[in-house]
Amino acid sequence: MREDENRYETVIGLEVHLQLKANTKAFCGCSTLFGQKPNSQTCPVCLGFPGSLPVLNEEAFYSAVKVALALNCKIQDLIKFDRKNYYYPDLPKNFQISQYDMPLSYDGAIYITSGPEKGRKKIRIKRVHLEEDAGKLLHPEGANYSLVDYNRAGIPLLEIVTEPDINSPQEAYDYLTRLKAILEYLKVSDCDMEKGSLRCDANISIRVAGTDKLGTKVELKNMNTFKGVRLALEYEAKRQIALVEEGEKITQETRLWDAEKSLTTPMRTKEEAMDYRYFPEPDLVPFQVDKAVIEKIRRELPELPEAKAKRFSSEYGLSEYDANVITGQLEMADYFEECAKIYQNRKTIANWLMGDITAYLNAENLTIKQIGLSPSDLVGLFNMIDEGTISGKMAKEVLIEAMKKGIKPAEIVERRGLSQISDTAALERVVDAVLARNEKSVDDYRKGKKNALTYLIGQVMKDTNGTANPALVNVILKRRLGD
Amino acid sequence: MPLIDKRIVKHVALLSRLELNDRELELYSSQLASIIGYISKLNEIDTTNVPPTSHAASNLKNVFRKDVLRQSLDIKDVLSNAPARYDNFFKVPQVIEGK
Ligand SMILES: [Zn+2]
Repeated sequence: MREDENRYETVIGLEVHLQLKANTKAFCGCSTLFGQKPNSQTCPVCLGFPGSLPVLNEEAFYSAVKVALALNCKIQDLIKFDRKNYYYPDLPKNFQISQYDMPLSYDGAIYITSGPEKGRKKIRIKRVHLEEDAGKLLHPEGANYSLVDYNRAGIPLLEIVTEPDINSPQEAYDYLTRLKAILEYLKVSDCDMEKGSLRCDANISIRVAGTDKLGTKVELKNMNTFKGVRLALEYEAKRQIALVEEGEKITQETRLWDAEKSLTTPMRTKEEAMDYRYFPEPDLVPFQVDKAVIEKIRRELPELPEAKAKRFSSEYGLSEYDANVITGQLEMADYFEECAKIYQNRKTIANWLMGDITAYLNAENLTIKQIGLSPSDLVGLFNMIDEGTISGKMAKEVLIEAMKKGIKPAEIVERRGLSQISDTAALERVVDAVLARNEKSVDDYRKGKKNALTYLIGQVMKDTNGTANPALVNVILKRRLGD
Repeated sequence: MPLIDKRIVKHVALLSRLELNDRELELYSSQLASIIGYISKLNEIDTTNVPPTSHAASNLKNVFRKDVLRQSLDIKDVLSNAPARYDNFFKVPQVIEGK
């Protein structure tokens, strides 16, 4: 099977829908707050009452322009909105205000780095356009009806579509991770897949590697995490290869990812109903962004992940890999930089952030801002290690407790009496007491049994509840034993 | 110019979730055909150098509103026209397939 798979190349295009952060909906003044009472955030415009008129949210529009520029897109000279017509209960107007032939922007690109050893790869962005979200459908268990909440209907939505430049499920995952990082840096969205503010559909086909002709593509929907996207694409590539190997045809269709069963199933739909009959939205005039305004927005874009990673490498001496990981999340990058301002060993900061701290955050599903550990707290912990107050091993325990309980590391060390005894005189007293009651071990050691020393060190550590500085204990013991 | 025939009217009716019987299909096909035929007279005009007009207010551009909250409707009013409701939801016939 593996050999067969290697004969094929996967061709993937991704379509991301992103809810833009705004106080109000795209075309009316209703609130966009998540989790409110059903249908409490609706009005004649977003419910599609006859005679109501949409007016575009200026902030949402310029957020969209910002995203387009950050994704290196060209802004359309004349931007037009169109009606995408389909009848479905989540769409109160029976059309969605979207963009067809004159979208906000087109021809962009972002770059991914697939793993530490591979190079940069360009993923072209076909278009980024602005549209409105649909309502939310609920299907109560066992009921023969569905329920509709239109609070989400009309929330400003960006559609970000790639060219079919993605060639593996892992690349798809890397693209999504990078795209999300950029969007987080721009602060234009929650990017929360669980709340549905970021959603992803995929197109996937296979072809014999090295050939140009695209195979029949299948659309995948219903993936709720980036890992889910990767799994669905892996499953689907295997399914398509198996079909082709058996001489069967791939049907052009939409398939739904079933995360529980880990497979895709065809979506039941009438293909005939997929005729959207786009036409210009007569209630919205065209839009045009001044060249000077575009340039101003471009200049004011924040430093984006790739640029920041480069700077972290040159300014703080981080490896390319470390810099990429640290800058993968804005909060993490900012946190690193706060630490770097007050602590010189940047590699140490990066190692702790990427190691124990990230492991803890992932396990608890938290972000670095959500734990009560400030950059100066963390640096305080580093200083305690450097000064020999605590060992590196102890520091890890202290760190976990600090993150769990939100207590400063210094306070934990103090409270638990963890600080290492690095006071020579104090340690000498403990060592002498240990030697006095372990004459046999002392004898053994002098007769050449070197592991008697390990036993004696253990006794000293026991007497000090593990707080003695082991290196210092070693030196004192050897001196006392006449080595 | 696409010919309006029964097949097209049937397709459009399906897209619009309209149920038409044979007699209606016949009637609308001929009515729509004559309307489209009448309008297609416009095709005789040479529009090579005329930009498409998608909006009546041809000089108007960039009409925005500020991102400021406005009072939404009262839920009672929102649901007052709903054929069926459940709590604060609109209730619709079961939708089984994904969109
Ligand atoms: Zn509204």
